[in-house]
Amino acid sequence: MDKKRRKFLKIAGLSTIAGLGAPAVFNQLVKGELPGLANASDPQHGAEPQHGSEQVEAAPTGIRLGMVIDQRVFAANKGLGQKCIDACHLTHNVPNFGNPKDEIKWIWETGYENAFPYSSHNLVSDKIHAQKFLVLCNHCDSPPCVRVCPTKATFKADDGKVIMDFHRCIGCRFCMAACPYGARSFNWRDPRGKDEKGRDFIDRATYNKDFPTRMRGVVEKCNFCAERLGHGLDPACVEAAAGTNGIIYGDLNDPNSAIRRVLASNYTIQRKAATGTKPSIFYIV
Amino acid sequence: MYDGNKVIPGLIIFVALMAFPVLKNMGNAGPIPKPEKPEGVKECVKPVQFMRTSHMVLVNDWRDEVLRDGNRKKVTVAGVEYDKSLMLGCLNCHKDKKKFCDECHTYTAVTPYCWDCHFPPKETL
Repeated sequence: MDKKRRKFLKIAGLSTIAGLGAPAVFNQLVKGELPGLANASDPQHGAEPQHGSEQVEAAPTGIRLGMVIDQRVFAANKGLGQKCIDACHLTHNVPNFGNPKDEIKWIWETGYENAFPYSSHNLVSDKIHAQKFLVLCNHCDSPPCVRVCPTKATFKADDGKVIMDFHRCIGCRFCMAACPYGARSFNWRDPRGKDEKGRDFIDRATYNKDFPTRMRGVVEKCNFCAERLGHGLDPACVEAAAGTNGIIYGDLNDPNSAIRRVLASNYTIQRKAATGTKPSIFYIV
Repeated sequence: MYDGNKVIPGLIIFVALMAFPVLKNMGNAGPIPKPEKPEGVKECVKPVQFMRTSHMVLVNDWRDEVLRDGNRKKVTVAGVEYDKSLMLGCLNCHKDKKKFCDECHTYTAVTPYCWDCHFPPKETL
């Protein structure tokens, strides 16, 4: 009996050591061998180191749409900003809920300190302080809203636009929490409804029948006029400011584009660039 | 059995009442929907049978192609170009939602939420 127990304990002990030790040894062996094997057999793994280095510095490949907003033009032309806003909101059937808490914002005007909180200090010229800045979705190169979206409703298009498929939006509002620019708005109420006084949230007379509305429980944002670009038109805000050179848009990755020439010859700033989102909207202040 | 003379006739009446609608409509599928076809256009973008069963799949595929891939290449059928779009494509021919869409959707008791956002062709709201 004693002997048997002794034997049992020995075997149990040995198998415990083997059980604990074997995976570690196995992993060591596998680690030592896999990279070589993977490189030889799987081209995707071979490309991985390149992908890692891309994150350090954005590779200038493909189209990346961006905008330059010339604040000097907007400061000189009072009402031009509002004209751009109206054009956008009419084009996209943006509702007006008449309540700043529920406000739907695609493009809007805000003060210097709200637009550029990291570049504000108490000695900025009064002239700048008095101005309203036209702000919109920054169509970031590294968009946090896309990263957090659980349904891929928000995604980055091939040409750098950050756009939404409203069908897929489940209204979780993660993107609103993620966006450092407040460029996303949630439809707390049915955009096609009326308020208590019977006022329509979207004016029926100005419905744009070529673009849908949204429904309750959906997030919305500027879509860089994806539908207009697709039909060969300029974005609505650019069109509204046509002739003033207030907004220049184009491919940031094309060294010969108009927008690159403007960027090369002017000092421009981005909103909250320090957050690392790589915004594609630039401002000449 | 207690009160058998009441319970059994009661059961028979109950079963007869419950079965009445089924028996009455036996072999009758109700009024068959007749969606109004657009005038002057003979051919849809896909065969009729496919459209009948799978138009929603096609519309979803179009949406993904247009939005995700930016592929707005028009669909050409019998020399006519159609936008890959519900509002800008389908509804250009099928001009009456009530007489076309609703006809079958009501019959099959489906309520697609297209119209929560998209405008029917004769939108008056």
